[in-house]
Amino acid sequence: MLGPGIKRFELDARDIARKALPGQFVVLRIREEGERIPLTIADTRPDDGVIAIVFQEVGKSTKLLGTLEKGDSILDVIGPLGNPSEIEKFGTVVCVAGGVGTPEILPLARALTQAGNKVITILGFRNKDLILMEPEMKAVSSELIVTTDDGSNGTKGFVTDALKQVIERGTKVDRVIAVGPVIMMKMVSKLTEPHAIPTIVSLNPIMLDGTGMCGACRVNVGGETKLACVDGPEFDGHKVDFDLLMQRLKIYLPQEKESLELFKKTCEHQGENDA
Amino acid sequence: MMPKPSPKRIPMRAQKPEKRRYNFDEVPFGYSPEEAMAEAQRCLQCKKPSCIKGCPVEVDIPGFIGKIAEGDFWEAAKIMKRTNVLPAICGRVCPQEIQCEGSCVLGRKMEPVGIGNLERFIADWEAEQAECVKCEKRPPTGKKVAVVGAGPAGLTVAGDCIKLGHQVTVFEALHKPGGVLAYGIPEFRLPKAIVQREVDFIRSMGVKLVTDEVIGKSRSIEELFSEFDAVFIGTGAGRPWFMGIPGENSLGVYSANEYLTRSNLMKAYLFPKYDTPIVKGKHVAVIGGGNVAMDSARTALRLGAKESMIVYRRSRKELPARAAEIHHAEEEGIVFNFLTLPKRYVADKDGWVREMECLRMRLGEPDASGRRRPIPIEGSEFRIPVDMVIVAIGNSPNPLIPGSTPGLETGKHGNIVADPKTGRTSKKGIFAGGDIVTGTATVILAMGAGRIAANSIDEYLKTGEW
Repeated sequence: MLGPGIKRFELDARDIARKALPGQFVVLRIREEGERIPLTIADTRPDDGVIAIVFQEVGKSTKLLGTLEKGDSILDVIGPLGNPSEIEKFGTVVCVAGGVGTPEILPLARALTQAGNKVITILGFRNKDLILMEPEMKAVSSELIVTTDDGSNGTKGFVTDALKQVIERGTKVDRVIAVGPVIMMKMVSKLTEPHAIPTIVSLNPIMLDGTGMCGACRVNVGGETKLACVDGPEFDGHKVDFDLLMQRLKIYLPQEKESLELFKKTCEHQGENDA
Repeated sequence: MMPKPSPKRIPMRAQKPEKRRYNFDEVPFGYSPEEAMAEAQRCLQCKKPSCIKGCPVEVDIPGFIGKIAEGDFWEAAKIMKRTNVLPAICGRVCPQEIQCEGSCVLGRKMEPVGIGNLERFIADWEAEQAECVKCEKRPPTGKKVAVVGAGPAGLTVAGDCIKLGHQVTVFEALHKPGGVLAYGIPEFRLPKAIVQREVDFIRSMGVKLVTDEVIGKSRSIEELFSEFDAVFIGTGAGRPWFMGIPGENSLGVYSANEYLTRSNLMKAYLFPKYDTPIVKGKHVAVIGGGNVAMDSARTALRLGAKESMIVYRRSRKELPARAAEIHHAEEEGIVFNFLTLPKRYVADKDGWVREMECLRMRLGEPDASGRRRPIPIEGSEFRIPVDMVIVAIGNSPNPLIPGSTPGLETGKHGNIVADPKTGRTSKKGIFAGGDIVTGTATVILAMGAGRIAANSIDEYLKTGEW
């Protein structure tokens, strides 16, 4: 448990651990009736054959995943999928993350630091109780700025406010990487565009197979249709049509709600039986 | 002197259209033993059978049909399985009218022998027996073959290579084997239990099947050579084509691959028992005229569409789908809009598709495919109200392996270049076949390519010559 509703699992997946690079993802299926869930690989320990995933319990499938305990097994784990992040020496890189994006950006920040970059990390949370992984992020960053929407800890405001301050104080920023809610990635990209700072965002559209076969995850980048699973998941933030992405993320809202309600009822029913 | 065959074939009993359009159960019921024997007796047992030449895997058609006519079903199944490891599937999905049945001598004057129906009968009969036909295997060669992709091409290579005495491991990226047989073709046309049965048969011969393994990602083709002596790539047609017209990313616009994968592989038609959701359109337009388009339109109907239509830019005559599929679709009330081309999609404020603007077409001179080229009629724009669109215009080859295998020659569409006579690619020890080589084609053509590649693999493993 990393925070309220946010969990971190380590999975035994030797082949994937051996090959996975920062920025790639896996697809999981929990049970025979389950859906295919894409999740970013948050860390790997190749020698132990272990990968880590982090997820927020929002819908039925993530809640069901959250009920698993140490030693349980997951029916299917497929990966590593997607293209790895571009890791080279850019100079100063600002890593921006919010909420569940925080654990996902950790391996990127670490790899960028190892590649000789100066890494400034900006993390945003709604309030101090939701702050995640502060020490870990500190260890892989030259500078760590934490913001909370309500000012209960760190700087009051959004990650974009902190990023604006970094740019305005005269730090020469060579690259920005943003991982987190779509609206956050959109605002970060909007902010950096007039400054012509290359900005990379990691997109999380609805996926199905994750291997380029179905086209569920299509996104519009610079007027072209791309598949996030095989062409991404990282894209130039200045070219992404975030509004389309936000719309497409809502395709199954009614079904997701129905599924979750049903799941909650089943859990309650089981609870009664157990009692 | 044989009695003169009746001019008409024995029809296959099927679910009534008005009933089956609401369920996912298989449409035809198959022949009874009596029906099969009667149909088999229509075969003239030609001395020089042209039907065999019409079959990409060269099944001994008069041979197995002759045994059915005698009532010796066991022997018929043995003959069948000598050349075809997936008969229950072929009997259901092959375009027989342009292959074996299209070459049947009877067909010149009357209805050709129902070869597909008989193939299906014998495969289903065998499956009901306590024991299944065992294929003879050559003594072990000690050589190892890796097959990438558990679709029709890969499964054929696996079945053939294991019979030839080689050890075979099949790697499948999805969680279920079968490829398009599992994710693409719907339950009402090819029950998944039958795919499972054929896969189990191949497994029972000793083939090792590894699912969830994305070759090109978790392991490269080159890495496979540390363990295997030859590699066959049958990864199929991957990336779905879109037309590139405005509004195509609107909500409610699917690729056929996604729509059918949700319904077939993920069983979204059983939502919420199964977790994967699917949009249930009421006014559905399917773009395209192939089998995949028919499958999509008929699936939409079964998922509750009031109106499910095919939108095709040529005329009925040019439809590439199997005759039986077109017939079934028409019976079920699928609406066909011929000579129609979508121009753009119009969405509402939330991004959901609400209308499609189309152009009327006329047919010009034949093009490279031999079919008459559709030409838009200027100023003929008109609109059709829709709340769901399924784009079924084909796929380009899956890029994962060509992109991760240096030195592997590819064609201009990203397909792997392989010699059609041997399946050999530009790299020693690597063979390829099926849609990854030819682009979108049929199950049986992929199986034919698999058959050719398997023989060539065997020769390569014996001689080491490339």
